Amino acid sequence: MSVPARAAALLVAVAMVIGLGVFVALYYIGSASSLATVHYSASNGVVNVVLQEDPQNDSSSKPDWVSYYVQDPGTKQWVHTTLFSIPANAKVNVTIYGYDGCTPLRNNFFSQVQGTIGGTVNLSQFDQKGKEYVTNNTTSVINSWSDCNVGHTFAIPAMGIFVPVATPNANLSANNLCSSSPCGTSGNPYALETFSFMAPNHGGVFRWQCFVPCGGGYIDGNGGPMQTFGYMMGEMDVVSS
Amino acid sequence: MREPRHGLRLLAIWFVLALVADLLIWFAWYPHLPPGDMSESAKHQQFDIAVLAVMAAPVVIAVLLYFGYAIVVWRAKPDDDGDGEPIYGNTKVQLIWIAGTSLIVLSLAVFGTVELIGPAGAGAGEGPSPVWKLAGTQTASWTPGGNDMLQVQVIGQQWDWTYRYPQFGGMESSTLYLPLDTPVTFHVTSLDVIHSFWAYQLGVKADANPQVDNVAYTTAKQLGGFTVRCNELCGIWHGAMYNYGKVVSQTDFQTWAAGVQDKEQADGLIADLPAYALTYDPTVLSELTSSNNINKVDGITGAAGYYYPPSDPVTP
Repeated sequence: MSVPARAAALLVAVAMVIGLGVFVALYYIGSASSLATVHYSASNGVVNVVLQEDPQNDSSSKPDWVSYYVQDPGTKQWVHTTLFSIPANAKVNVTIYGYDGCTPLRNNFFSQVQGTIGGTVNLSQFDQKGKEYVTNNTTSVINSWSDCNVGHTFAIPAMGIFVPVATPNANLSANNLCSSSPCGTSGNPYALETFSFMAPNHGGVFRWQCFVPCGGGYIDGNGGPMQTFGYMMGEMDVVSS
Repeated sequence: MREPRHGLRLLAIWFVLALVADLLIWFAWYPHLPPGDMSESAKHQQFDIAVLAVMAAPVVIAVLLYFGYAIVVWRAKPDDDGDGEPIYGNTKVQLIWIAGTSLIVLSLAVFGTVELIGPAGAGAGEGPSPVWKLAGTQTASWTPGGNDMLQVQVIGQQWDWTYRYPQFGGMESSTLYLPLDTPVTFHVTSLDVIHSFWAYQLGVKADANPQVDNVAYTTAKQLGGFTVRCNELCGIWHGAMYNYGKVVSQTDFQTWAAGVQDKEQADGLIADLPAYALTYDPTVLSELTSSNNINKVDGITGAAGYYYPPSDPVTP
């Protein structure tokens, strides 16, 4: 075979390998579900982020996975995603509605509220009839090993933020948890938790996750929703102006 | 034309190149080699890497030089179709090669063993019963100014590190603070899967296995920050499993640790943590198995007040 023929054959082979690689990459990227990102903007330097965590979700593929939802600030609709963006250098007020039941933390250290303004959260709990049995309790610890009080956490490790997310009281809400997502406050027991933190003064993407092993059916509860965007882990995009 | 003395020529070129390379490695590269000299173990690792590089460079240069020399000098001319000279082996060359490489490898084996023993296990995890221990006084509480060994339990879980200080009431922190010039014992463990504690600038690396107490030692010699990474693939966020540590003066450390201990005691957190132990399995803690301490409500979603088991065929 002549040199030009061999060179041509080599070029064709290389092009085929590269083409195959590009096809595989595009195929997998293309098949990945596209999650919506909820964008929050600041008013007078303050952003209000609203989340809820549910015992299930409204997806068709994994309806029994526990899941977070993010509220769209414009429409007030709940979006099944864990991606949201906030402006840099803003005070972020977070409200979390906790509808799921309790699971203890593997490390009870994360029962301590860390990284919020004042190192505390404000907690209220309601039963399914709307009766408030804990009112505006400002606390720095929600013990996940006593009274079955913690369902999940909202944690941004790179910012030192660790917040245990309370559940409705176990005894008062047993068998009465919300069963259709996204959940609403009417007819469902829930915990209402608020806290604030300062957004970084620079842009960047920050991972947030749950530290409660809540992935039922997976090794030690650490798989499934614990490791999937749109369920119990997500990203907070801090946008610099 | 008289054939030049290739062996002598090669030896001369090799000697000059190897000498230049080794001088560059020792004086220009060595001070910047990882992991630096923030601790005794890191300093030893930096020295080890420099020694290995100095030993390896002449060998690499010899191979590449011979390769290049053969291509340039001994290549066949375009009109030369003759065979090369038949070679039947050279006992002298073979003996020199075998003896030389054996000497290098055995020397490095001895050197490596000595270095592993010398600085208390070279910053590596030695398991629950370390053979090469770091000198220091074992005390129930730590005070600055002496030679008290500081105990730090390193706890890995998907996907973060926390640090527990048994000499300060068993308080726990998200940040690894260490005092300067103090012998430190790390007790490395995990609450779920296998991780690896890697305090890079300190030259400390120890696997974090569930229910295993893996002991490693260090003595920080410089003030400043360092990075702690996970060095064992442990799930989707393995790459993001890192946080930071800080070496501070002994008095600053005492102030910091006592402050954290006071806050966690006031918050009731220390009382909510399990009693300090070198390892613990969170799923069988007495704090959770005692019926007085946690409500387990069958039928409620979540894990009914308890942990999901390692394998759970009921839930999807």
